[in-house]
Amino acid sequence: MIGALHLAFWQTTAIKVAVVLGIIPAGALILGYVFLLKMMSHMQSRLGPMEAGPHGSLQLIADGVKFLQKEDIFPERADRVVFALAPIIVLMSTFLLYVVIPVGPRLSVQNLDIGLIFALAVSSLSVIGILMAGWASANKYSLIGALRAAGQLIAYELPLILAVVGVAVQAGSFNLQTIVQAQAHGKIFGVGAIGNPYILTQAVGFIIFIIAAQAELTQTPFDMPVAESELVAGFMTEYTGFRFLFFFMGEFGTAFAFSAIGATLFLGGWFVPGIHGGLADIVGPAVVFAKVMLVAFLIFWMRFSFPRLREDQLQAFAWKFLIPLSLVNIVATGVLKVAF
Amino acid sequence: MSVTTDWRQAAYIAGQAADARVNVELETEGTTLNIGPQHPATHGTLRIVVRLDGEQVVWAEPVMGYMHRGYEKLTEVRTYPQITTLINRIDWLGHFANEVPFILAAEKLMGVEAPPRAQWIRTIFFEMARISNVALFLGDMGVQLGAITPVFYAFRDREHVLNLMEAATGGRFHPNYDRIGGLKEDLPKGWVDECKGVMKRMRGFCDELDDLLLGNEIFQARTRGIGVIPKAVGLSYGVSGSNIRASGVDWDLRRDSESPLAWKSCDWKVWTHPDGDSFARYWVRLQETREATKIVDQLLDSLPAGPIMAKVPRIIKVPAGEAWEHTENPLGEMGYYVVSQGGLGPIRVKIRSASFNNISITPWLLRGVYVPDVITILASLYFILGDIDR
Repeated sequence: MIGALHLAFWQTTAIKVAVVLGIIPAGALILGYVFLLKMMSHMQSRLGPMEAGPHGSLQLIADGVKFLQKEDIFPERADRVVFALAPIIVLMSTFLLYVVIPVGPRLSVQNLDIGLIFALAVSSLSVIGILMAGWASANKYSLIGALRAAGQLIAYELPLILAVVGVAVQAGSFNLQTIVQAQAHGKIFGVGAIGNPYILTQAVGFIIFIIAAQAELTQTPFDMPVAESELVAGFMTEYTGFRFLFFFMGEFGTAFAFSAIGATLFLGGWFVPGIHGGLADIVGPAVVFAKVMLVAFLIFWMRFSFPRLREDQLQAFAWKFLIPLSLVNIVATGVLKVAF
Repeated sequence: MSVTTDWRQAAYIAGQAADARVNVELETEGTTLNIGPQHPATHGTLRIVVRLDGEQVVWAEPVMGYMHRGYEKLTEVRTYPQITTLINRIDWLGHFANEVPFILAAEKLMGVEAPPRAQWIRTIFFEMARISNVALFLGDMGVQLGAITPVFYAFRDREHVLNLMEAATGGRFHPNYDRIGGLKEDLPKGWVDECKGVMKRMRGFCDELDDLLLGNEIFQARTRGIGVIPKAVGLSYGVSGSNIRASGVDWDLRRDSESPLAWKSCDWKVWTHPDGDSFARYWVRLQETREATKIVDQLLDSLPAGPIMAKVPRIIKVPAGEAWEHTENPLGEMGYYVVSQGGLGPIRVKIRSASFNNISITPWLLRGVYVPDVITILASLYFILGDIDR
């Protein structure tokens, strides 16, 4: 943590746990409120919640309290253990995502050398939870939803990884902290005033990343696993009360985490021109937050505007378009890396 | 057997062979899935039983009757003015349009004709019912395909049409405005100007959806070539309205029947589309909504003065006889066959509602499609449950 302080191992651990436990629900709440409740409402020419708190800002907390009061219902023919475990696994994968995201030069829960690979690996753990949920619910809609989710997440894991490989090649590292530093110290044609946010050089990678992240998050246009109008919320159909709340938090927490990864990889993470050293540790979290909101805005904007693809169209789009495109992107990045 | 040199045919044969191998190796059992009676896509209580192989529909059967309201029987114990209230609710979004064919049939039996102003206003309200009805479809189709925004625009703009309805008739949903021989009352002051403004607004709404949904690549990918109704099949199932016009049948009762309503005095176009798929049905409805606003505008400009009620006795007794009247309702052809024996009410009324026939094509149409396409097809056929189980 901050260099001047010397904390014992258990103290830093306690701080880290508190931060992660605090950030995930807070991130989910902020995204849920700002985008799901308010932005969507205003895009649809309505106000959204207005009563709970100023401008309805406490609506999600009220909803959370309501969920906690609900009866914990197990379907009669459900596999009870698996059914109960599934939302926890989904949420766990969300929690693990936050471990590697740096919010300052020295601020990150764990500065892993393979941070990027780690983040993408744990994000795909959630599909196990989703499959468990779909299978254990003993509901045909849930099962179809879960199988769609599995197919979709496998298909989109690949473009997601291939999209960020370009960044890793350019930065020369899988360490998220190093990637941010590389962007901070980068130069555009010899001018280093604004660093070199990789969105400029990796624009194709960024677009692929956003599309694939959208699919990973199972948001419209790729929300077939939950598809309200056909599968009636898919794998979540049978969940009530706090177990449903877990899925909800997992969904928005993951959206927050993916936006943060996108901001770290392509927008320069905690770096903002003109601020270096110790000050960056203090301003960093706010900068990251602002960039997260920017990326999340893109993700949710797509979500509220587009209709849903069909499962086979989605697979065709991933395998026939996104993956070849990201491979071309990698080759181009490699050639240019050698050339310059 | 000769060896083919056409690579497309070769690829096709290879694909078939591969499929056949898989089918032999993996003998899978189908799933039976109940879509409905409680399901968001059936907006009501329609139940569709589908047998699935993976996500592909092998067999589908709509099950109706969960909301049966016995209207044909109820008409036998009502007087003519009372029936208007009842039949308002058949297609609850097309409210006023349901009243018109019945009243026309009764007028035919009585030998009464409503004065021109009444016919004009009837036509205006008929088209407004179409606009408010189809506007909801235009938005709802988006919801069924996963785009949640259009339906809110539909509700926003449709509200203005309903407000106009309310201003003139006192009822937003069930105007009960049509009378044998004319109308309940005349239009309120300033209504005509306001109506023109709203029609302009609805044209703006159509343009907005044109941009937002119709031009969207994903929307097109989801609807083009999905649920194709060939001309002959559609006609043999009795599909009517926009659904059959989307299959290229140039048939519109507003133009093609001898209706006393004022459509013939306007300049408008019957839109058809050659494709017959879900996209064509959406496209045709969008064009028809535009066309309806133009009809209303023209009728407002040429609105004749005069009485709104013909001379009819206070207690309506319809002479013995039989009459059939049908009109082009928002959902398709709607007709009433009224049999009277000279009493206060009819002895028998046969109601021909469009959705019942439109939905009867689903077993044919749903075979071999994927589960998401089931929803697309149901949405694009556009049925109202009250219109099926009347």
